[in-house]
Amino acid sequence: MPAPQCSSCRAARAALRRPRSGQALCGSCFCTAFEAEVLHTVLAGRLLPPGAVVAVGASGGKDSTVLAHVLRELAPQLGVSLRLVAVDEGIGGYRDAALAAVRRQAARWDLPLTVVAYADLFGGWTMDAVACSIAGTGRSRACCTFCGVLRRRALEEGARLVGATHIVTGHNADDMAETVLMNFLRGDAGRLARGGGLGSRGEGGALPRCRPLQLASQKEVVLYAHFRRLDYFSEECVYAPEAFRGHARDLLKLLEAARPSVALDLVHSAERLALAPAARPPPPGACSRCGALASRSLCQACALLDGLQRGRPRLAIGKGRGGRDEEGPPGPLPPPPSDPVSAPGPAAGECGAACKERCE
Amino acid sequence: MVWQVLEGLSRDSAKRLRFVPGVVYVDEGAACGRSWEDRAKTLTDVRQILQTLGFPWHIVSLEEVFALPPSVLRCSAQDPVGTVGTYKVAVDSFLQQQRTLAAEGLRGSPSSAQGEEQPSQPCTQDSEDPVGPPPAAQTEALSQLFNSVKTLTAKEELLQTLRTHLILHVARTHGYSKVMTGDSCTRLAIKLMTSLALGRGAFLAWDTGFSDERHGDVVVVRPMREHTLKEVAFYNRLFAVPSVCTPAVDTKASEKASIHRLMEGFLLRLQAQFPSTVSTVYRLPLGPVSHPLRTSEKLVKAPRDGCAAGPRCLLCMCSLDVDSADSATAFGAQTQDFSQTPPPTPRAEAGAPAGPCCAAGLGGAPNCWQGTRPCGREGSRAHVIEQLCYACRVTMKDVPCLDPLPPYILAEAQLRSQRPSAEIQECLVENSDDEAPASGSGARGPPEQEGKEARAACDRINKNFFN
Repeated sequence: MPAPQCSSCRAARAALRRPRSGQALCGSCFCTAFEAEVLHTVLAGRLLPPGAVVAVGASGGKDSTVLAHVLRELAPQLGVSLRLVAVDEGIGGYRDAALAAVRRQAARWDLPLTVVAYADLFGGWTMDAVACSIAGTGRSRACCTFCGVLRRRALEEGARLVGATHIVTGHNADDMAETVLMNFLRGDAGRLARGGGLGSRGEGGALPRCRPLQLASQKEVVLYAHFRRLDYFSEECVYAPEAFRGHARDLLKLLEAARPSVALDLVHSAERLALAPAARPPPPGACSRCGALASRSLCQACALLDGLQRGRPRLAIGKGRGGRDEEGPPGPLPPPPSDPVSAPGPAAGECGAACKERCE
Repeated sequence: MVWQVLEGLSRDSAKRLRFVPGVVYVDEGAACGRSWEDRAKTLTDVRQILQTLGFPWHIVSLEEVFALPPSVLRCSAQDPVGTVGTYKVAVDSFLQQQRTLAAEGLRGSPSSAQGEEQPSQPCTQDSEDPVGPPPAAQTEALSQLFNSVKTLTAKEELLQTLRTHLILHVARTHGYSKVMTGDSCTRLAIKLMTSLALGRGAFLAWDTGFSDERHGDVVVVRPMREHTLKEVAFYNRLFAVPSVCTPAVDTKASEKASIHRLMEGFLLRLQAQFPSTVSTVYRLPLGPVSHPLRTSEKLVKAPRDGCAAGPRCLLCMCSLDVDSADSATAFGAQTQDFSQTPPPTPRAEAGAPAGPCCAAGLGGAPNCWQGTRPCGREGSRAHVIEQLCYACRVTMKDVPCLDPLPPYILAEAQLRSQRPSAEIQECLVENSDDEAPASGSGARGPPEQEGKEARAACDRINKNFFN
């Protein structure tokens, strides 16, 4: 059967069917439509005002590659300038290859690139060192928790270094859907209450963050990268298989087979979620140690690092944080943190397998 | 649950329940494609159980949705008519019945009255029991409706909706103010996750909370909410509670066939690995439902609008959670279309979706696309779709033609789309009601005077009145 015609330009032969609507389009019409949709999201959500200096969190993966490419195309229209910020977590055998991809992209697109390393920012703690430290506790799933929190801080630092006014990350609709499912399965009402919008406005000195690709499905992101022949790094992080997000991801794949629009349906549910007033998180303040945005007296990054320094890596993880002594000097050790009785499995604070900034 | 109610009402229980219960059973065999013989067999078993209870019971078949009035879709604030006397009298008379029954059972012969009422056969007094099969036309129409739905997910949702409407109608007709369902903790956790995946995030508290007041006069409560499925199974086994197993719409379907099945399988598997999953999900603090489209405060509570604080979904009766104005949302992403070089007609926001019906296979048949339908039908479909909430719209995408839907839904949709807007509601003179004081004396006119003239007149008067 010959392929149908593109339903947009009616000139070329259709090369794909859009996963959501089933519409047949040729490659260039699809890319145009994709870019138009991202532009619309940015404009309608008023995410990036003209004159903004935008730090793009680049990991070398497909989402951040597509994001950087699309924003570069749209930059003249939006009136923004771009900087690439890459984070080196110090994961041997993975991050080096990814960073090489980012450097190639920066050279090709002629965009300034800044690399920030955990080792420099966090007193020598690389992810491999963190993994060693928590390996003894028998729950290696917590790797992603550390990585996500620390990467957020690193991205923030990198953005400030380059003088950016906004941070953008490449989360797509499938990531948001997985996050919603994950937060529900863990009963994380606080994170559910905070999420759901197109990004955070940036309170308390933190830079505003947004996710222009939030309404694009993962398949379309991959298709776009294919049609624009973008070069990206597609391997999974070595610590990924143990994360809880894997369950949510498997579930989402199954759901998509039953109903293709389920990712957007979940995003819609999250946007309109009605939680009890008592469940809403308290208004954020500032960390007493580093001054960053925090809902308690210590921000999560400082709390995690504290735990690592003291040789108690699981100190800040889990719901029962009663034993944590935030201000005390390294003296007599505080009582062991009460592991949440209700969750022998997933602990609060864990993030995704796909080596991305935690969605908040 | 029925057994628990029976226990609660018995003379021996420590805290006796004080209400008058009835039991309703909905026969959904036609939707599952069962023959009348099979259904009759099931009904006999069910009747046997119901007769031992001593409560008034009602057996209704799903085909009766074709005879429902459109008023079932409106929520009304007043109490249902037909409540027998005052509450205390009703409870007392019921307890009398129970005592008489017990006395009869013990002595084996009818005794003289101990109170003012002498019911002879209380269990069939208020009971409804159709003797023969429902009209073949209705059965045929129901199977046609369910066969036309493309996905199992949409079928299950539609079945649930129709069942709810039917039970609501039965409750209203017989004067019941509450409907109790036997959903256990496990079932509700599954329902919560399923509703989330269907796009019902705004209504989770209504769908899975203890009480669901969206229908106004009839409240749906879920008293078994704290019990897990395992506990229920143990209880039934230990106390030899009789039950009847009937095939449902999703029996023998593969696990990946519908979102409901997938969620059930997923949660139960995860629960085996992490035993706290169900209770974690179920204990999420879901709050009162917000009304994102609240209309202005000037509205007087007209009897027709009842408890609505904003437009309500036609099918699930929750307040609408779609906002066509805000396009940087998931809803906006699905209704906007950027791939056409000439921009599409502004129908995109009225909600005529380009359904995913041709997703499979190349060159899908052109006659299953919306655009080639005659304009009239597309117009009426659009009218119905725009009165639905997000999740119901997605369900309706899998229903290619709205004609097989029961007439009460289509009639109510028609009525709502023609109803004058709330703004001029208070200016219109109703035949039986008093005039709202805000409309002043200048807006008198025949009730049929709608449209721009009345609106302009009201605006002028309101301006003069409030300035």
